[in-house]
Amino acid sequence: MKCGIVVFPGSNCDHDCYHILNKVLGQETHWLWHKDDVDLSSFDLVVLPGGFSYGDYLRAGAISRFSPIINSVILFAEKGGKVLGICNGFQILLESGLLPGALIQNHTRKFICKNIFIRVETINTPFTQECKDQSVLQIPIAHHQGSYYIDPNSLKDMEERGQILFRYCDAKGKVTAESNPNGSVSSVAGLCNEKKNVMGMMPHPERCADPLLGNIDGQNIFQSLLSQS
Amino acid sequence: MLAQIHVTFKEGVLDPQGKTVHHALNNLGYDEVMDVHIGKYLEVKLDSVSEEEAEIRVREMCERLLANTVIESFHFKLVSTE
Repeated sequence: MKCGIVVFPGSNCDHDCYHILNKVLGQETHWLWHKDDVDLSSFDLVVLPGGFSYGDYLRAGAISRFSPIINSVILFAEKGGKVLGICNGFQILLESGLLPGALIQNHTRKFICKNIFIRVETINTPFTQECKDQSVLQIPIAHHQGSYYIDPNSLKDMEERGQILFRYCDAKGKVTAESNPNGSVSSVAGLCNEKKNVMGMMPHPERCADPLLGNIDGQNIFQSLLSQS
Repeated sequence: MLAQIHVTFKEGVLDPQGKTVHHALNNLGYDEVMDVHIGKYLEVKLDSVSEEEAEIRVREMCERLLANTVIESFHFKLVSTE
């Protein structure tokens, strides 16, 4: 699988993503500079990594969304290319309109950095097909603007189309108010577009995909992407 | 010309900062405070543009960048600086 990792000024999870895709999973991986508007058609996967692109000024992802590379990513996605946005990458995908909804400040008003649990809500996507349906993954979050918002009607449509991929839950897989760390509507932690080739999630699978770290739950997502190439 | 732009959350979107300030004002004895919304205020200085043009272009700036219309609404005032 040929993977590209977009680097914005302020990306700080780009090397983690590179490490997992290239060193741990042995995939051909390239850096993509945010200022380059390039043809991505030879790629299988483009990752928008976490971080604080442009200092999160105005709104997280609001400025990076106008970087030249985003034009390339939109074209790539329109042709069915797979795009994975993690944390700040998710925020950029929402700002660019590739995914529906928005992310606002956590309801706790604090930056939250901790391990949480998410439940796999559907395995009928390229990002979750190697997961067990309704299985629970332990994956860390680290964000301040991670509270997902979308109007109730659009949420219902997304649920019906199977676009909700992950929900925050407790260790046993129960979705409760207490297990929702940031106040996201319907405890949504990750979702995809209608065509199911663009996915965004707040938790960081790249931070729990190297066996050296003792937790490889995040590998489920990368393995799902690998299994089709 | 100066565009004075206010961006605030739409009704129904969680505003944790506003809620906290609301509670703080109530705790200080301002029982009449019913609701607080915190937003952004931006001043954008414009050069050599008519008021009609400014109206159109500032609206476009808000829709494209300054506000995320999924969660925020905006309004602005144009003030002459001459």
